[in-house]
Amino acid sequence: MAKETKKEPLIRLTKRDGMPAYKKLLIRCISLLMACVICGFVIYAITGLNPVEVYSTMVSGAFGTRTRIWSTVKEMMMLACIAIGLAPAFKMRFWNIGAEGQVLVGGIVTAGCMIYLRALPPIVLFSLMFVVSAAAGALWGLLPAVFKAKYNTNETLFTLMMNYVAIQLTSFFVAKWENPFGSNTVGVINQNSQEGWFPPVMGSRVFMSADIVLILAVLMFVYLKYTKHGYEISVVGESENTARYAGISVGWVTIRTMLLSGAICGLAGFMAVAGASHTISTSTAGGRGFTAIIVAWLAKFDSGAMLLISLLLAFLQSGAGEIASKCKLNSYASEMITGIILFFILGSEFFINFKLMFRKHGKEEA
Amino acid sequence: MQGFISLFQAAVFFGTVIMFGCIGEIITEKAGNLNLGVPGIMYLGGISSLAAVFIYEGSTDTPSSAVCVLLALLASFAGASFGGLIYAFLTITLRANQNVTGLALSIFGSGVANFFGGSLNTLAGRFEQISVPVTSAAFRQNIAPLANMGIIGKLFFSYGFMVYLAVILAIVTQLFMQHTMTGLNLRTVGENPQAADAAGINVTAHKYLAICIGAGICGFGGVYYVMDYIKGTWANDGSIEKLGWLSVALVIFATWKAKNAIWGAYLFGVLYWMYLYIPGLTRASQEIFKMLPYVVTIVVLVFTSLTNSREKQPPAALGQSYFREER
Repeated sequence: MAKETKKEPLIRLTKRDGMPAYKKLLIRCISLLMACVICGFVIYAITGLNPVEVYSTMVSGAFGTRTRIWSTVKEMMMLACIAIGLAPAFKMRFWNIGAEGQVLVGGIVTAGCMIYLRALPPIVLFSLMFVVSAAAGALWGLLPAVFKAKYNTNETLFTLMMNYVAIQLTSFFVAKWENPFGSNTVGVINQNSQEGWFPPVMGSRVFMSADIVLILAVLMFVYLKYTKHGYEISVVGESENTARYAGISVGWVTIRTMLLSGAICGLAGFMAVAGASHTISTSTAGGRGFTAIIVAWLAKFDSGAMLLISLLLAFLQSGAGEIASKCKLNSYASEMITGIILFFILGSEFFINFKLMFRKHGKEEA
Repeated sequence: MQGFISLFQAAVFFGTVIMFGCIGEIITEKAGNLNLGVPGIMYLGGISSLAAVFIYEGSTDTPSSAVCVLLALLASFAGASFGGLIYAFLTITLRANQNVTGLALSIFGSGVANFFGGSLNTLAGRFEQISVPVTSAAFRQNIAPLANMGIIGKLFFSYGFMVYLAVILAIVTQLFMQHTMTGLNLRTVGENPQAADAAGINVTAHKYLAICIGAGICGFGGVYYVMDYIKGTWANDGSIEKLGWLSVALVIFATWKAKNAIWGAYLFGVLYWMYLYIPGLTRASQEIFKMLPYVVTIVVLVFTSLTNSREKQPPAALGQSYFREER
């Protein structure tokens, strides 16, 4: 009898599907917990602070006062809005890395409206800003989509490059609109008259953008889950060949979805300018376009999960900012912590998708 | 003439940073992994070298420049490959999505680097702007007798050693990919991992090594930027990030061939700095000119997809994780 020359590997992987929801949730929570422990150690190693104290400082930094809560909510809503915009594109497996640029062009046209059209009645001005910012974002998304649909041009790199075109465009307008002259910033637009600013509701201007984002979240949920368009998007995402076989026009679905995706990202720019900073600069998007990709992906394009993950990241950012200012360190610590947490959540997906089979000890039938 | 020389030099400085990033990313992509973490990896490479040298220069009164250079290169390679290792573990072993993992790595790397870059002094109990004069001088030392040879000297010999290292690395990478067995195996892994696996090539090992070595080379871009380009200090202005993304773009521009990265990198440098040499531009219209490298990349991207030539395509299995039992 031939002797077995190769041993069975110690660990073998098999794919699994259909894990119960509570187990998925459990795995994700464990990974989050582990990430927090690791981050605690990292913070301890750098600052020498007690990790428990660090986390309580973070909570008070993010939710300690009314202003802080609103600023955390503002950050969360921005991130969520971009993620909601990206969700349909990514569900279609269209790698829209260009949210950063789409947000910026939305912001540019909003700032333009606030500067040149401030004489218009507020309702008209708001509707106009809403429409043009969405249109600008959609245009920025349309270009790569058309080339993808027609010539199968790589959209990951196309959208990435569009970001930098948008950043330079922003620099151009910043130099054009700078105020005061020579400062190389636009300054707060309409500081005194506050035309084109979101009106404060319940003591904060964030309230309105938060509402818009929540409405968008619900609409996107319904769109992806219960409409024909949403179904087409998921078929194209699963397999383009299947989609073609089923008679779906892949090119048209790509273009239509990117128009929508870009438009929502453009709206995020509208909210960032009219609803939050009232100015425009190259950091208006501030890397959120990239972070939102991870938010959308981890949430599996589910609106509720996107809001939750955005909240987590916004909390980290405000919290780490608080620690940084307390310890006189810089606030980039939040990006570091965010990175670590993302690694853990990304890694945890493995245990949801795969099953580890250990080599059985003792004798076994072949 | 003076203008031409300074544009040429600026282009070489700029090009060298992205050439390192591009070579590293070509090696990574040839193994079938699209690593969007290049900016983060460059950040990690830059900060590791800066931190190591900062500690070393602070610890002795007479730092030796040879040790400084060696330490900077080793530290950056270690730091950058560590970033690559995280990415490799997540995408190869845990089969996470490559694009998303790469972006997370970019966030992580920029966070780590800017955090330490901004707080190294505070942590070390010193308060002046961070600087490593000895190392920076060693990195910027040109080829002394040749550099004084008039125009030729200025154009070709007035740079620090890393400029030449980048070109040599590009050529070596090209030869390695095209003319060695290991290079062929690596390309097979990127084109068709199933076939490679069936032929007895260890897919996982090839991918891991390619990603870590590629990341280490990307990290040299960070070192060059920190030590030579901005002369041994730290700037929290996001420039490395921009350069990192341009390196990714350059990979496409070079159509996945390291030899094309050489002239491509310098061309990007020329396009980037051209606005300084065009008379009559206002500060606003300069910004429009700075779009050029990105616009050119888009045009190249569109053209390569239009021509659809087999020579100019990305590795066929780029971006897909390999699972042996998948059909």
